[in-house]
Amino acid sequence: MKKNQSTILDKASIFYDTFERKAGTELKVTHYCPGCGHGILHKLIAEALVDFDVEDKTVFLSPVGCSVFAYYYFQNGNIQSAHGRDPAVGTGYKRANPDSIVISYQGDGDLASIGGNNILQAANRGENMTVFFVNNATYGMTGGQMAPTTLIGQRSTTTPRGRTVENEGYPLRMSELLSTLEAPVYIERVMLTDPKNIAKTRKAVRKAIKNQIDNKGFSFVEVLSACPTGWKKTPHDSVNWITEVQEQYFPIGVKKDVSEEREPIIVKRITPKYSDFHKVLDIQSLNDLPDVPKIPDTKNINEEIKIAGFGGQGVLSLGYVLANIGMGHNYAVSWLPSYGPEMRGGTANCSVKISDVRIGSPIVDNPTTLIALTKPALEKFENDVVPGGNIIYDSGLIDVAPKRKDVNVIPIKATEIADKLGSTRAANMVLFGVYSKLTGYLSQEYIKWGIKHIINKEKFNELNMNALNAGYEFGEK
Amino acid sequence: MSKMLIKGNEAIIRGATLAGCKNFFGYPITPASEIAETASYYFPLVGGNFLQAESEIAAINMLYGAAGSGVRCMTASSSPGISLKMEGISYIAGAELPCVIIDIMRAGPGLGNIAPEQSDYNQIVKGGGHGNYKLIILAPNSAQEMSDFTMKAFELADKYRNPAIILADGIIGQMMEPVEFPNPVEEFPEKPWAVKATKETKDNLICSIDLEPDDLEKHNIHLQEKYAEIEKNEVMCEEYKTDDAEIILVGFGIVSRIIQTAVDKLREDGVKVGMIRPITLFPFPKKIIDKYADKESVKNINVVEMNNGQMVDDVKLVVNGRKPVTLFTRMGGNIPTVKEVINHIKK
Repeated sequence: MKKNQSTILDKASIFYDTFERKAGTELKVTHYCPGCGHGILHKLIAEALVDFDVEDKTVFLSPVGCSVFAYYYFQNGNIQSAHGRDPAVGTGYKRANPDSIVISYQGDGDLASIGGNNILQAANRGENMTVFFVNNATYGMTGGQMAPTTLIGQRSTTTPRGRTVENEGYPLRMSELLSTLEAPVYIERVMLTDPKNIAKTRKAVRKAIKNQIDNKGFSFVEVLSACPTGWKKTPHDSVNWITEVQEQYFPIGVKKDVSEEREPIIVKRITPKYSDFHKVLDIQSLNDLPDVPKIPDTKNINEEIKIAGFGGQGVLSLGYVLANIGMGHNYAVSWLPSYGPEMRGGTANCSVKISDVRIGSPIVDNPTTLIALTKPALEKFENDVVPGGNIIYDSGLIDVAPKRKDVNVIPIKATEIADKLGSTRAANMVLFGVYSKLTGYLSQEYIKWGIKHIINKEKFNELNMNALNAGYEFGEK
Repeated sequence: MSKMLIKGNEAIIRGATLAGCKNFFGYPITPASEIAETASYYFPLVGGNFLQAESEIAAINMLYGAAGSGVRCMTASSSPGISLKMEGISYIAGAELPCVIIDIMRAGPGLGNIAPEQSDYNQIVKGGGHGNYKLIILAPNSAQEMSDFTMKAFELADKYRNPAIILADGIIGQMMEPVEFPNPVEEFPEKPWAVKATKETKDNLICSIDLEPDDLEKHNIHLQEKYAEIEKNEVMCEEYKTDDAEIILVGFGIVSRIIQTAVDKLREDGVKVGMIRPITLFPFPKKIIDKYADKESVKNINVVEMNNGQMVDDVKLVVNGRKPVTLFTRMGGNIPTVKEVINHIKK
């Protein structure tokens, strides 16, 4: 125990002297009802935070429930969160600020009902935070409706004849449920009934906080706590009801504890220098590489290319390489893959635009060049090609010729040629060779250099170059 | 500095990182998943966090927590996921937390499909979540702007303590274009309001609850004053060939690219047409639209959208009957073609 060792008579220094955030004039008393357990639990937590000397670095999360106003009382950073979302809010906070101590303080409706998945997942990730779960078997703040922990037969404003198994199912035992998970370090259920049990609760509270300070991970303390107002009982009868009824279904005790054997988890973070950010982010321009070949002057062009075929034919990558090389020649470019309803049955196509002026729509409705690798692709796009445009198609794979007479039709057995050179996968490079020869605005030297760097796979380079040359020579004829 | 060819969705994360964002919380959804994937790769390399949340609801609440600590943080999703985030967005706006949310819109309603639509306009611009709040909304139309506007969104979010949204669609997300990336931001505004888990900030409170109607009204008035300030200072809008235009086309996001081509082609035929492209959807470029509604030479104003006609209401409010306002829309993931836009104008 460190400084400020508290005695039972002291007010923990983490509590405000007057509760200025509270509405009304009674700024010295809490908003909790007589006989409610929250006050005791607040006090135990506050004393632990002070004793461990972490009050300044504590962030207290209070979601919807009676304890949503915990920030009236605790003088540390406070975050009030949406119903059930504390474990998520705490996760975000702790990840962003790992040196903090995060206390999540949740009620049963909040934690076990609306936020059920959030607590389960945070526990399962082993978030290094401490969760206090107040189980009072009712929705206190909204006026006594059924909670996921309401007992069978227990009346509430939404179970006026008592909770039934048939209609509402059984009460949730969260401590037992979470204990089945691998990640949590410590889970215990305690009850605020008598000095002996309050002392046990005090011990549990401290352990759960200490685990976080020691970076051991997720700790969870479920607290059976009286709600005389919700239960319509006197404070005295309420305490008796916890012992005689509630504890029968929710037995107190340690459900899981690996605090001793668990090694602290310290996240190490490397932060690069600002000057290295571009490198770290792989921000690299083709033309910033050494030995860029001479780039020809830009011409007045407006190429709209549609490349279409099946997935695996290199359709998208041909478009990508073409757009990249166009960009390297200082043209405006865009590349748009087939996307949405077009993507059916393995077909793939992309739209590439290359222009000396700003590109409007990136969608190619009417290609100046269609490169087709399959029959359905040819049939689908043939009629869209602008008069005087080009249709380059793989005549080894497509057994019909385009019907259009007003376009320039170039059949080439690209896949067959690529296969002879070593792999059908280079068919797209054969087609690139044909396209570049046909249109003539791209530098051959730059294309070869560019492909090497864009594809960046040494073992394919020779094949790609051979395929490109084959296409280029074909285009010459 | 020269450019690299990159997908809009990937440009977002590079822009975000250069803007000093190191915290991403998200959930996979097409067509926004590349944003999370890219963040999962790069954020740990810059000493940051990437966490795949258990749900969209968890993701937006993780953002609430992280933003409360004062760090720059973000999430990304697509329409159905954004619907799920709406409660959290309302809390974030209420608690005045700066953060950036990316919405790569897809077609709805319901599960709809993964093709692009602009049908989140109303849910993003008009609220979506509960309460009297506004988001700062930037609508990019290129991969370059995906990066630039993400950086700008962080700046505006911090400046006004308000969530900022990048409202894009599947095409801008999936499209590759040359992007030039600036140097990283090295100086960040102070956030004395944040809960930093320090002695100095221990009286700070991140909160959206206020039981006293008078106090909550005061908070709401403060928010409205802030939004008015944003409207005064932050409107962004592109005017394209509008100087002598008799016909005005209005569209945002990917639609504006289609309109641009349509304007160029119509001009070739001698039609005096121009485009107004709202870049910020809030603040909406009311004054600019007002200017053209007042102009005698302007015959009509024509809105093109990929939804059931949502922004057109805002245009009509400004025009207020001074000029005819027409609407051309496609839905379901269909994209208006240049030809369709031209035909609509020539009709």
